[in-house]
Amino acid sequence: MIKTDALIIGAGPTGLFAAHQLKLIGLNCEVVDNLNKIGGQCIELYPDKPIYDIPAVPECTGEELTKNLINQLKPFDIKFHLNERVEEVKKENDNWLVKTNNGTTFSTPNVIIAGGVGSFEPRKFSTKECEKFENKSLFYSVKDKKIFKGKIISIFGGGDSALDWAIELSKECNVNLIHRRHEFRGAQASIDKVHQLAKDGKINLFTQYQMASAKGDKNLESIDIKHDNNEIKNLKTNYVLGFFGLIMQLGPIANWGLNIDKKTIEVDTEKFETNQKGIYAVGDICSYPGKLKLILSGFHEGALAARACFKLARPNEKYRFEFTTSSKTIKERLGVKSD
Amino acid sequence: MAKITYITHDNQKYEVEVKNGLTVMEGAVQNDIPGIDADCGGGMACATCHVYVKEDWFNKIPKKEDGEEDMLDMAFEPKTNSRLSCQIVVSDEIDGLEVNIPSKQA
Repeated sequence: MIKTDALIIGAGPTGLFAAHQLKLIGLNCEVVDNLNKIGGQCIELYPDKPIYDIPAVPECTGEELTKNLINQLKPFDIKFHLNERVEEVKKENDNWLVKTNNGTTFSTPNVIIAGGVGSFEPRKFSTKECEKFENKSLFYSVKDKKIFKGKIISIFGGGDSALDWAIELSKECNVNLIHRRHEFRGAQASIDKVHQLAKDGKINLFTQYQMASAKGDKNLESIDIKHDNNEIKNLKTNYVLGFFGLIMQLGPIANWGLNIDKKTIEVDTEKFETNQKGIYAVGDICSYPGKLKLILSGFHEGALAARACFKLARPNEKYRFEFTTSSKTIKERLGVKSD
Repeated sequence: MAKITYITHDNQKYEVEVKNGLTVMEGAVQNDIPGIDADCGGGMACATCHVYVKEDWFNKIPKKEDGEEDMLDMAFEPKTNSRLSCQIVVSDEIDGLEVNIPSKQA
């Protein structure tokens, strides 16, 4: 079990800056995020889109903002738990016991939820029967490509993941690539390559088709795909891969006894604390009168929540407000020389 | 102003007046119409404000711009008459528009 002064859920800009604020005032913290990388929506949804309303930064992309925030955390030692989703939060004496889907457990007086619109999960097929085969013969990501060798794989999707895996797997498998329209949205080189492979008979291309049903008793045997004109085709297949991007889902947070309205968590504006003592919500996921869903608001909220954490993490000490420009203690924490 | 009719998957009809300049997505969110999530807030980055536009209207409203079709690849059960409601701007010309909301956004 990991003991920490504060656990931050979400490694987006708000979570990152909250971590900075905690470390600055002398608390330790750990960060959990369901994505495999740091940055949240900024890195997953709009890495290349310019942002124009970060104070003192006239223009930067989601990726640049993330890089700068990570740089700002360099002086500190912060453990990130990526690819992990927090499943359970339970009260144990004065602490919160937090468990992730990988079995990591934390004991902490403070939990800061900086979860944005929720955790990123793969978008799934809408057909019901697909659930039955999920993680057995139907996947939304590839963990071990060796299992596909010599088999028939049906890949759905029109972006880079679908294209890249179709190209890669066509070397050693029989690949069907199925997409809802003729146009693909991946890198042009990959699109050209897929069309070439289709011409050479290395990939069977089905456009304007979507999944209609998955068939098989124990193991997946075939799928029906449906054309825009309602024609149905049956394809023998051993495995199905679906690449429809990611969706944000509130997930288990909904079950932690917090006041939730329209996917946001109600907080006060002094500590950004929820209705549960020691659980805070900051950034896009919190709501209060006048809430603005801006990154700059998330920074402010995290700074205040961090001060509230101090009280619970160091009940016998008094928090003293200090400036980074003048405080010797803070400069020591930052590893910079005092004048 | 335009009257927009939102029809949910279980056939509940919501008729609302939406101000010009707002989007069909904003019209739904501001009037608490269920089934339009709009997670990204109108940035064309999430495909959770997906609607089906009645055939006769589909060709009348302004066409999709670059990127919308790409996002629709990720929508729940996209059809040929799918649109992202955050990309349909309300004007007098679309007075009477009817859109169907899918059973889920993801």
